[in-house]
Amino acid sequence: MSSKPKLYYFDGRGKMESIRWLLAAAGVEFEEEFLETRDQYEKLLQGGSLLFQQVPMVEIDGMRMVQTRAILSYIAAKHNLYGKDLKERALIDMYVGGTEDLMGFILMFPFLSVEDKEKQRAFIVQKATSRYFPVYEKVLKDHGQDFLVGNNFSWADVHLLEAILMVEEKKSDVLSGFPQLQAFKARISSIPAIKRFLEPGSQRKPVPDDKFVETVRKVLCMYYDVKAN
Amino acid sequence: MSGKPRLTYLNGRGRMESIRWLLAAAGVEFEEVYLETKEQYDKLIKDGFLLFQQVPLVEIDGMKMVQTRAIMSYIAGKYNLHGKDLKERALIDMYVEGISDLMQMILMFPFSPPDAKEKNLESIKEKAINRYFPVFEKVLKQHGQDFLVGNKFSWADVQLMEAILAVEEKVPAVLSGFPQLQVFKTKMSNMPTIKKFLQPGSPRKPPPDAHYVETVLKVFKK
Repeated sequence: MSSKPKLYYFDGRGKMESIRWLLAAAGVEFEEEFLETRDQYEKLLQGGSLLFQQVPMVEIDGMRMVQTRAILSYIAAKHNLYGKDLKERALIDMYVGGTEDLMGFILMFPFLSVEDKEKQRAFIVQKATSRYFPVYEKVLKDHGQDFLVGNNFSWADVHLLEAILMVEEKKSDVLSGFPQLQAFKARISSIPAIKRFLEPGSQRKPVPDDKFVETVRKVLCMYYDVKAN
Repeated sequence: MSGKPRLTYLNGRGRMESIRWLLAAAGVEFEEVYLETKEQYDKLIKDGFLLFQQVPLVEIDGMKMVQTRAIMSYIAGKYNLHGKDLKERALIDMYVEGISDLMQMILMFPFSPPDAKEKNLESIKEKAINRYFPVFEKVLKQHGQDFLVGNKFSWADVQLMEAILAVEEKVPAVLSGFPQLQVFKTKMSNMPTIKKFLQPGSPRKPPPDAHYVETVLKVFKK
């Protein structure tokens, strides 16, 4: 195992993207192996590297880690992005739980039928603007600090920026009622490690397309229909 | 706020049950408020108790905590059930997240349409037997210790115990191919705090029935 973390996933966002964001924000270089064929996946399975037969899988510090949340928690703690004590960690976990739920609605989006996509787009925007964004807008307004928790850059900030950008891809003016979030977006985007990640040529993956959907379905033999929320 | 944590949820398992298990296993007494009407729920939202307008809600140590995982992480951390270092924590998190995927299938089961129930039950059985239980059987066999991680009782053990019992309710002989898990189940059942939780009259909730499903649909109706 090399000293850099190695990510095993499709060449696309999916559940791995939040991990890419967090590693990048922590200034950690990583390698990637992209799953393109069923054979590759079966080889990984037979080799016993996927604890629950699933990806994402990240080789890091001698471990073959699976389960997105576990991986993210480990990286956050290792790189001091998880608050200074249990209570700050609790706040970060709550905030990340919210942005994870929001991004979850977007995760399945590429797999939907054309009509369901329109329905889902409206659903995503509605949830973002009525349930999630107002929470973070208020948090930032109430304490007036640059970061969500403990006046320190944390996993919660990275995750929120990722969520904001993803929702904006579905509706570009979605932040129009949220001045704090607009300022937050500008601030966090200009942090050097994040700025680099947002530039072309970084390991950030583009919006998933039909080719991505086809690859996932083929590799996982996942041919059933996905329904909208 | 009294000294005890206060749980707000429906009078049934759902997403709160794992939290009840963990508090009980840690020997922590708690109070419960049961949501029975839509009006109660709407009032909670209006009064600003629910960060993302959702339950579970656990009032603990001056915080109004939501998001099941966040709540359980906090409880595990506070009561030393989250491993001794980052690597043990990573293992516990992996195990807990895996089990949680299995529990999610059981959570959703009462809400499946009648014609999908048989298929979903089969799915639960297949995943338990082929994907999840073999992992923990192997972990216990390989290190030969009583507990999943670090030779010490942790959140992972509580979560696995809960899952075993929940699956057994649906698939009674499910542990027949898993001798290590049978021993594990017996050992966990005999731990004082868990033994107490498994006795009648504890805060443990029964399997969801039609009344529970009805209440959920009523309280969360849009």
